[in-house]
Amino acid sequence: MLAYTLKRLLAGVITVWFIATATFIAMHQVPGDPLMNDKAVSAEIRKNLEQKYGLDKPVVEQYFIFLGNMLEGDFGISFTQQNRRVNDIIRDHFPVSATLGILAVFFAASGGILWGALTAIYRNRTPDIVIMFLVILGISVPSFVFAALGQLLLVNINSLLGQSVIPVAGWGTISHMLMPSLVLGLGTMALLTRLMRSSMLEIVNEDYIKTARAKGLSPMRIFFRHQLRNAILPVITVLGPQIAAITTGGFVVELVFAIPGLGRYFVQAVQQLDYTVIMGTTVFYGAFLVLMVIIVDVLYGFVDPRVRLQ
Amino acid sequence: MRVTLAAVLLLLFNSVNAEFNTTSVNFDSQSITIALTQEPPQLNGMKATDQVSILVLSHIMEGLARYDRRGNIVPGVAERWEIDEKGATFWLRDNAVWSDGLPVTAHDFVFAWQNALDPATASEYAFILYPIKNGEAVNRGELAPSELGAYAEDDRTLRVEFSRPTGYFVNLTAFTTYFPVRRDFFESRGDRYAADAGDLLFNGPFKMTKWVHSASLKMVKNENYWDRENITLNAIDAQYITADTRARLNLFIDGKIVHTALDGETYKDALTQRFRIRRFTTGSVFFLEFNHRAHRVTRNLDLRRAIQHVFDPHEMVNKVLATPGNLPGESLFPVWLNGVDHKFRREYPAPIVQIDISRAKQYLAKAREELGLSKIPPLVLLASDSPTAAKQAEYLQGLLKAKLDLDIKIDIQTFKQRLAKMTAGDFDLVNAGWGPDFDDVMTFGDLFASWNLNNRGRYTNPDYDRLVRTAMNSAVPKIRMDAMGELQQLIVDDAIIVPQYEQGVIYLLHPRLKGVVRRVVGADPDYTYARVVQ
Repeated sequence: MLAYTLKRLLAGVITVWFIATATFIAMHQVPGDPLMNDKAVSAEIRKNLEQKYGLDKPVVEQYFIFLGNMLEGDFGISFTQQNRRVNDIIRDHFPVSATLGILAVFFAASGGILWGALTAIYRNRTPDIVIMFLVILGISVPSFVFAALGQLLLVNINSLLGQSVIPVAGWGTISHMLMPSLVLGLGTMALLTRLMRSSMLEIVNEDYIKTARAKGLSPMRIFFRHQLRNAILPVITVLGPQIAAITTGGFVVELVFAIPGLGRYFVQAVQQLDYTVIMGTTVFYGAFLVLMVIIVDVLYGFVDPRVRLQ
Repeated sequence: MRVTLAAVLLLLFNSVNAEFNTTSVNFDSQSITIALTQEPPQLNGMKATDQVSILVLSHIMEGLARYDRRGNIVPGVAERWEIDEKGATFWLRDNAVWSDGLPVTAHDFVFAWQNALDPATASEYAFILYPIKNGEAVNRGELAPSELGAYAEDDRTLRVEFSRPTGYFVNLTAFTTYFPVRRDFFESRGDRYAADAGDLLFNGPFKMTKWVHSASLKMVKNENYWDRENITLNAIDAQYITADTRARLNLFIDGKIVHTALDGETYKDALTQRFRIRRFTTGSVFFLEFNHRAHRVTRNLDLRRAIQHVFDPHEMVNKVLATPGNLPGESLFPVWLNGVDHKFRREYPAPIVQIDISRAKQYLAKAREELGLSKIPPLVLLASDSPTAAKQAEYLQGLLKAKLDLDIKIDIQTFKQRLAKMTAGDFDLVNAGWGPDFDDVMTFGDLFASWNLNNRGRYTNPDYDRLVRTAMNSAVPKIRMDAMGELQQLIVDDAIIVPQYEQGVIYLLHPRLKGVVRRVVGADPDYTYARVVQ
């Protein structure tokens, strides 16, 4: 088991290194100049800026300096906020994204399992057709549409009630988090519904279900004790990577709901060619995703010994 | 089920009643809530360049002079001054203090200016300090910062020597780059100066008490401010930071913020809400810039004139931009600039270019002949990646094809890439713009001088340079304005650029908030003298 875990960890480290290197190369291929702004600066000032960010050195040397700093856990200073360290940016804003993400995953998982099970039970009947239609909507409609609609809904609710009950945007209390996390979780909820449905359908006709029915168990008991527990496994498998995906994919939702998450930095850094923030956030998110996958792998090894042997 | 669905639909599509909650303004506590369009990237006044940072800084800091509620320059930290061709002397008031109680001294200004010019600081706005003697040389690293022509004669007397006559110097001192910084505090914070609310000292009407990055920023009245009697607001609370205009409109409808700007999309929604829509001209000018480098066909004057004679700025403003507030572009100098006694554009009306297709075609034929081409090759039009910019570029493409049979290749690039291409000269035409840095004609006038790094089409003309120098080296308003009037004519005659429009914005403002000032230069909007009415 230990060897298995260590092997996974080593593969993870190599993956993160690969992500860092690929991002570094891609970033330097993007045309444009990170130090250029509306006001042109003199050659002297430019030289100083290049020195500050180490851009005066050859790219290969920059790469090794970056790798060295990364090993020490230092991603440098942001290009756009010249007195903030990338580490501080990650430390300040990742918890926000993570909170939002976990809540979204909670919504997605509970909703997905419930709807998926329902559609399987009512296969090819009205609830199944309605829910599966909504699922296709959930998968195909981009989150910025849901975000705008969700916010409009809040505005209308507040105006009907004559006072601001649910905050339209902002961050701080749990009521601020409800709508954004729901919106953020919708896509995943739709995905999990489909997964749950097919996994549920597979076991609906298994022998042990028939046995349970023959024993005369109540349909509720069969549903919760026998069907749900067995069908839920594949859903849990995809949850790990989904948590990472949701936590990193909230850019639009963060923008619309004015949430101080890391997603904004992640996307804006690319637009502004903020080299240090691009590298910091990408490597951090990459490592986070890899970690999630490793955790799932290791847990799998515990649950199913056959995985370890492969 | 049907009832629920109907309720949801009703909620979604029922037009909202524009009733205001009292949350965004509070009469009793005299506090307001606003939204910022982005996290202020730089609250170090010596380095700030963007709108949001300047907005915040202008509320929490103060220079030697400041703008009053009507936009006039009035005493700030300095209670009076004397200015002549050689320099200026400022006498500082004794009740101007930092938020920790220590007085603001002349040394704080000298330190800030030296530091901003120091090439090690790498300030993009250092050029605005060049009117101070040796400023440019210090910025180039040729002289030590201590050689700067600004001296603290004592704690309350500041003497400034000019590198050239600068009649508008007092106006400059109201700008962020001229704000004071106290040395001991600055040095105690090191790299982290202005990184958080606790890493700044304030001497303005407000002080920043809380700054949660990308989330919120709170400014409260500074009880140590010398003019506190004239400040009514107790708190300006930026509770929201988002660039999304629709989100900000929703917050406004919900009564959460007092002000929001509108764009083409949200404008229509605001109309249906029956809000009062206000307009404001930002002071920026947008124009079609030509590439004047050698071997570029746009270096040919007749080709530029052909394009100049088919472009109609009125059509651009009314049909293409199609939001209220924009003015048709007629000159590099916008309408708000001051001349000798009145507005510059009243004293020196912009030369009128008549739209004349047949003349344009003659120019084009002449251009082809001079260039030895049977047909002008496709011209590359560089544009930025906003929806409006794309619309503008497509309009130009259609216009030039229809009227002159010129082929245009549109090259849409992101902000940084467009700048890189402009600087490298990788274009024929570019939709560009310029915003004022201070309120004097020179903020626009020197744009196409041969030495100006922002002259990205690399236009060079000794006549242009001569006129700019004449205006720069004189303190007599009439001489300066005459030179700029001549320059305005030259820009048209030589078709250096084709002005497109003067930018306008439309916005909403809470009806119970009075005294908010919109400014062309400096903090915009300025809430300093605002008050909540009942």
